[in-house]
Amino acid sequence: MSELVNLTINSNKYTAEKGSMVLKVARDHGIRIPTLCDHEAIEPYGACRLCIVEVTRGNRTRIVTSCLYPVEEGLQVQTDSPRIVRNRKMLLDLLLARCSENKVIKELAAEYGLEKPSFREEYWEKHDCIVCGLCVRACEQVVGVSAISLVNRGISKEPKPPFLEKAKACIGCGSCYYVCPTGAVKMEEKNGVRYIYNWKVAFKLKKCSRCGIEWAPEAQLEYIRKKWNLEPGFFDICPNCR
Amino acid sequence: MCMAGKLKTAKALAALQKRLAEEMDTGKCRISLCNGTACRPYGSNPVAEAFKAEIEKRNLADKVEFKITGCHGFCERGPIAIVDPGNVFYQRIQVSDVPEILDNSIQSKAPIERLLFKQDTGAKSVARQNDIPFYTDQRRIVLGNNTRIDPTSIEDYIAIGGYTALSRALFELQPDAIIQMVKDSGLRGRGGGGFSTGTKWETCRKAHGDIKYVIVNADEGDPGAYANEGLLTGNPHSVLEGLVIGAFAIGSHQGYVYVRNEYPLALKNITLAIEQAENLGLIGKNILGSGFDFSVRVNRGGGAFVCGESTALMASLEGKTGEPRAKYIHTVERGLWDRPSCLNNVETWANIPLIINNGAGWFSKIGASGNSGTKIFSLTGKVNNTGLVEVPMGIKLRDIIFDIGGGIRGGKKFKAVQTGGPSGGCLPEKLLDSPVDFDSLLKAGSMMGSGGMIVMDEDNCMVDTARYFLTFLEEESCGKCVPCREGVKRMRQILTDITEGKGQLSDLVLLTELSAHLKDSALCALGSSAPNPVLTTIQYFKDEYEAHIKDKKCPAGICKALIKFTIIDEKCPGCGRCVKTCPTQAITFMGKQKPVVLDQSKCIKCRTCYDICKMGAVSIE
Repeated sequence: MSELVNLTINSNKYTAEKGSMVLKVARDHGIRIPTLCDHEAIEPYGACRLCIVEVTRGNRTRIVTSCLYPVEEGLQVQTDSPRIVRNRKMLLDLLLARCSENKVIKELAAEYGLEKPSFREEYWEKHDCIVCGLCVRACEQVVGVSAISLVNRGISKEPKPPFLEKAKACIGCGSCYYVCPTGAVKMEEKNGVRYIYNWKVAFKLKKCSRCGIEWAPEAQLEYIRKKWNLEPGFFDICPNCR
Repeated sequence: MCMAGKLKTAKALAALQKRLAEEMDTGKCRISLCNGTACRPYGSNPVAEAFKAEIEKRNLADKVEFKITGCHGFCERGPIAIVDPGNVFYQRIQVSDVPEILDNSIQSKAPIERLLFKQDTGAKSVARQNDIPFYTDQRRIVLGNNTRIDPTSIEDYIAIGGYTALSRALFELQPDAIIQMVKDSGLRGRGGGGFSTGTKWETCRKAHGDIKYVIVNADEGDPGAYANEGLLTGNPHSVLEGLVIGAFAIGSHQGYVYVRNEYPLALKNITLAIEQAENLGLIGKNILGSGFDFSVRVNRGGGAFVCGESTALMASLEGKTGEPRAKYIHTVERGLWDRPSCLNNVETWANIPLIINNGAGWFSKIGASGNSGTKIFSLTGKVNNTGLVEVPMGIKLRDIIFDIGGGIRGGKKFKAVQTGGPSGGCLPEKLLDSPVDFDSLLKAGSMMGSGGMIVMDEDNCMVDTARYFLTFLEEESCGKCVPCREGVKRMRQILTDITEGKGQLSDLVLLTELSAHLKDSALCALGSSAPNPVLTTIQYFKDEYEAHIKDKKCPAGICKALIKFTIIDEKCPGCGRCVKTCPTQAITFMGKQKPVVLDQSKCIKCRTCYDICKMGAVSIE
């Protein structure tokens, strides 16, 4: 059994597995810490910074991202101190200025009392993407195809397919669409085809030979079939009819 | 010089060292020509060729030893050379001066007056390098050997005692003793962090895992800074020797030198140095018969400023995008490929052989308490003597700028000095007497950084300066974390607005809030130190911000939107120089001996007329 440590979160005492991340421990105990770039199936990244908390060890207090900070004996955590709230509010102010019309960001900002960005209106932008990298990381870590990546640097950084052309390695699984926290990945299905517009790809959907429902992209099913060495025709029937 | 294969024992190295030192001490006159990064564009290459040709033509090889060396430091006066015996310092040497220099040197005549250093045209000339104020206040323990050796010759380095520290470390000291020495010396990381090098090594030695890495950070990307370049190009073996000693102390068998690709000379020289050290058995299997194995690889950086940050550098070494990661688990525990890794700056590594050779006590006596040793700065900007300077820590800023640097160019008034690269703070005159050390600079709102020092005078606008550095940082932000990517951009937008007369007083509050936010929340030091130029200029030069915001004026006359160029008729002799150079034909010639006219609608405020007018007849409003 792994080692347990004692810590406090917002002055309440907890016991947790040594080395587990503060964010997870807090969430396990029902303490809410807002995040945008975190996903339980994907390695923590520390880009959105919303999960910042104040930690005190001995006589040193500092701000850390809870998604990446492992718990240790005697750690004191503050998830909503005035300093944290002030910083989170500024983060949302910055995100709102970038995504001034995005529903998710607007709602989160409103929670912190922000109706509009503090910056001059001529500089407001209308992005949906916050460059959290979840789509890219899901594609690499979960799907294992790395069809897309973050390109450019600094303010021009964004998730894109290679050479800004059609993402050749994409299998159309849509993981990027499902993990995107702000709806920046645009996916649609019509006339038996799945489109993911961000990566310039379109995939024919497989029709269940029994009920006729179009249930998954053929390319994705073929990828899974080969990976698990399943016999040809394994996916001819949809999960509901199986 | 022929080398006899691999050295298999410490004794063999000592014997070779003795022989080479005797060969070097020939009694011949020696001319050391600087061929560093700054002297080359000044024409050091043709001068070197001229020396070689002249020596061959006149068959002087047995009378003169001609050495092409790395950077001597006094870049302002390049190409420079030192002639020994006599320590004569020649500056601004032209190809045509070469025969005369050779004649004088061989015949031990009086030095050539016109090539000697004079601070001003009327001043007395100084013949000896050691008497030039630029050098007298320096303490060149690390850079000093640049003038003595050909950086492409391992024999030169060995002749002046090179690799004896390695031999000593391997055979007379245990790893723990080496680490203790480095700790006792008080050496702190020269890349800017200022963390105790010995402690870092100790943690890395104790870290779990049998595969460990040592890394030289030579990704010096600060605009205007070239201290690491000067050292790595001019004395690559000193860095390499430090690295091998560190590897032995930590228990690492693989090292990396991460050099930015924009440093072709440094790349060439360190690559050659590694090859030479391998050939002599100073790197590789069973070094000097000690049983210790160590190999080194050179990796080139692709031009990202952020890759100077340790975790981004390691990501880049792994072949990934150069992005920093959180360092809650230190890189000495889990760094390159998740193995314990010890990364130090070029200058830190180069200090190690000195500490081993001279002892921790010797080193700790140099500099100031808690800040021992020296620091190399790239002294640039509006000072008379620009160049690479190595000073004991704790020296006053004033001494560097006014004694070593020779004061402000053109008799102008000092305004500010920025230390520590683009994200360092701008310090005003009232702080000139504060000591230059890690802690004092941090307290003043700036930092040591990796050794940039940019001096500004009355003609620099501090708002524009802050805008300039934020623009650089905006471009160089990796874009991973929100505070840096979005925050620096917003700060740059606000600063640009202020320089264009569109600022409001509330902007200063927003800038201050954003600054506090970046310091608290950014992922790496690029983001958390980015506010420094903004905060310090607001703190020390608030009047300039207020002039831009309230009066819509730029006191230094820099911000184009807020200034207007006019011709003062009484002073204008009608010479027409400005008419000819104006790129937009905004100035019209009114006839001989009559003032010219400046058309505001055509003027692009390029400042050319102001700079070219000898009569001071162009004014900036």
